[in-house]
Amino acid sequence: MSSPVLNVHRLKTAFATDDGEVTVVNDIDFHVNAGEVLGIVGESGCGKSVTSLSVMGLLPANGKVHGDIVFKGENLARASDQKMRSIRGNEIAMIFQEPMTSLNPVFTIGSQLIEALKIHKKMSKKQAQQLAIAKLKEVGLPRAEELMKDFPHQLSGGMRQRVMIAMAMMCSPQLLIADEPTTALDVTIQAQILELMTKLNSETDTAIMMITHDLGVVAEMCQRVVVMYAGKIVEEADVVSLFKNPKHPYTVGLIRSVPDMRGKKERLYSIPGNVPKPGSIQTGCQFAPRCEHAMERCFQETPELTSLAEAQKVRCWLYVESKGEGAVDRTIS
Amino acid sequence: MLSYTIRRVGQLIPVLLGMVFIVFMMIRAIPGNPAQLILGQQASKQAIEELTKQLGLTEPWYTQFVEYMKGLFQGDLGMSLKTRNPISDELWPHLAATIELAFVAMIIAVIIGVNAGIISAWLQNSWFDYGVMLIALIGISMPIFWFGLMEQYFVSIQLDLLPTTGREDVRAPIEAITNLYLLDTLIQGNFSQFIEVVKHLILPGIALGTIPMAIIARMTRSSMLEVMKSDYIRTARAKGLKMPLVVYKHSLKNAMIPVVTVIGLQAGLLLGGAILTETIFGWPGIGTYIYDAISSRDYPVIQSGILVIATLFVFINLIVDLLYAAIDPRIKY
Ligand SMILES: Nc1ncnc2c1ncn2[C@@H]1O[C@H](COP(=O)(O)OP(=O)(O)OP(=O)(O)O)[C@@H](O)[C@H]1O
Ligand code: SF4
Ligand SMILES: [Mg+2]
Repeated sequence: MSSPVLNVHRLKTAFATDDGEVTVVNDIDFHVNAGEVLGIVGESGCGKSVTSLSVMGLLPANGKVHGDIVFKGENLARASDQKMRSIRGNEIAMIFQEPMTSLNPVFTIGSQLIEALKIHKKMSKKQAQQLAIAKLKEVGLPRAEELMKDFPHQLSGGMRQRVMIAMAMMCSPQLLIADEPTTALDVTIQAQILELMTKLNSETDTAIMMITHDLGVVAEMCQRVVVMYAGKIVEEADVVSLFKNPKHPYTVGLIRSVPDMRGKKERLYSIPGNVPKPGSIQTGCQFAPRCEHAMERCFQETPELTSLAEAQKVRCWLYVESKGEGAVDRTIS
Repeated sequence: MLSYTIRRVGQLIPVLLGMVFIVFMMIRAIPGNPAQLILGQQASKQAIEELTKQLGLTEPWYTQFVEYMKGLFQGDLGMSLKTRNPISDELWPHLAATIELAFVAMIIAVIIGVNAGIISAWLQNSWFDYGVMLIALIGISMPIFWFGLMEQYFVSIQLDLLPTTGREDVRAPIEAITNLYLLDTLIQGNFSQFIEVVKHLILPGIALGTIPMAIIARMTRSSMLEVMKSDYIRTARAKGLKMPLVVYKHSLKNAMIPVVTVIGLQAGLLLGGAILTETIFGWPGIGTYIYDAISSRDYPVIQSGILVIATLFVFINLIVDLLYAAIDPRIKY
């Protein structure tokens, strides 16, 4: 097993709001190994974007991070602004959900592409431009030389996301955080972008932290998966175990709600109820109000993330022996 | 861009023609005989007839209009009824005085207003921000005549730092070339006179520039705040750019798009609205010139004054449109 490039330990992110402090990400632990693709899945509002912005140090001013975010031995949660700047866009890069608005409308593609090289690699403009053209070709964009002089509004959504990917790959980062990079694109373009990212991941040693609410994306790209629910990690597993043998009732529900995942033509399943609002955190398991398997205990005590066999972890009372501390394995549906 | 510029300039021709026509008709729309009105109730019949002829009012209106247009093309604005001098000779020195004053006021307003707005937005909700917004509020609500008199009282009379009125040191009059004294003294290489001109410009420039400065500061701040929330600013930060670069490069260019409109509008208003400032500071500008013409019912002068100010307004608008296109590549040429 390769060593982790990013190690997040007890990360807690809270926002100061008019209604007091709201904890959005609550005590999460995960790591990303060098070169792998880690998926982070969960419904809208569970804190995926906040997690990624915490790692990047790009939270809005009212956000605050506790815990450790260790990247190559450096704790980013406590790093100086200057240190963070030298890592951002250089060793950790990020691409966002909205390709239409993520590029600056008043600067050319070329000038936006070479910025990171100029500040991080101290490259001359000419060198940087040559490298940028090479990267544009690498992400499959035709007529790269002319594209350098184009403005974002002249490009389609899919092309812009390719430009965003090229921009993120400029400095050959060790970690690429992709926050729902395909959600805003139509299906055929989605597939192309995922293919491109898989290719870049296998050809370079860039690890990818793939944030998505789409299990199809996970199945296609990821080696390991972290499932988040209401600011907590509820399950962590390698991708095969997750789909073949999901443990947490929430994961099971997610998989059941994917159309055609099991080939049956029944009415599409959806998990009953809604994600709790951050700040309205109740005692016990956060999923209890929506869970078919909920027991009395689930409403009173919060389960811990417990290791099962084969590096699968789950946060659910179903897998804890009622008296002792040992874990029990079982299969639910 | 060039073809856009040419087309945009071409569009001015009907606008200018229409404007001339309206201004031309204004004086004819006065009920009764303008000559009677100009000369007053006690005027002799003969004098009225003479003036009617002199004004060309005996001809049908379209003949008059053609004559008027012919005159305009030759730079002939007609004759002042009061001084019997060609208006074009009298008008330019006054117009130059106003342009120079408005220019200085706008320089002050733009430099201070834009920068205060940027820093306010950058340091949102800081003491600096609160201070700037309070001063801007005072600046907008303060009556110019009161502010101008306060300036004169404290700076000129109490501290004796700057002159109270006029454009130049009357003991060493400037030999006019362009009538823009800043330019004239520089052309003549007369540095001490240049300083003298600058000294005369400071107080009225500040008085006239305060309201636009406040408006520009508020507009810049709100525009910057809007832009700094956008996705492409997050992208810029994710590249590891320093805040000054994020603010002054990525944000400012976008934020200036609406601000340019406001600056243009304010510049136009200054040209027509400088009359209070000109009166307080004894500034021999176009406002004073038209004011005197109104008092003595010198209709041809009033007409020419309005025409010249309206023309300047149109040209400022043209400049704003061209700046727009230069800043924002999305504008369709
Ligand atoms: N600046 C903020 N202040 C207060 N609350 C915030 C702030 N930013 C995010 N939140 C809250 O944090 C929660 C998690 O948001 P986040 O954007 O991480 O969700 P997500 O998992 O990325 O969802 P999606 O799939 O919709 O992108 C949301 O309920 C949101 O309201
Ligand atoms: S702990 Fe209880 S409520 Fe929570 S997921 Fe497991 S069974 Fe359901
Ligand atoms: Mg999100």
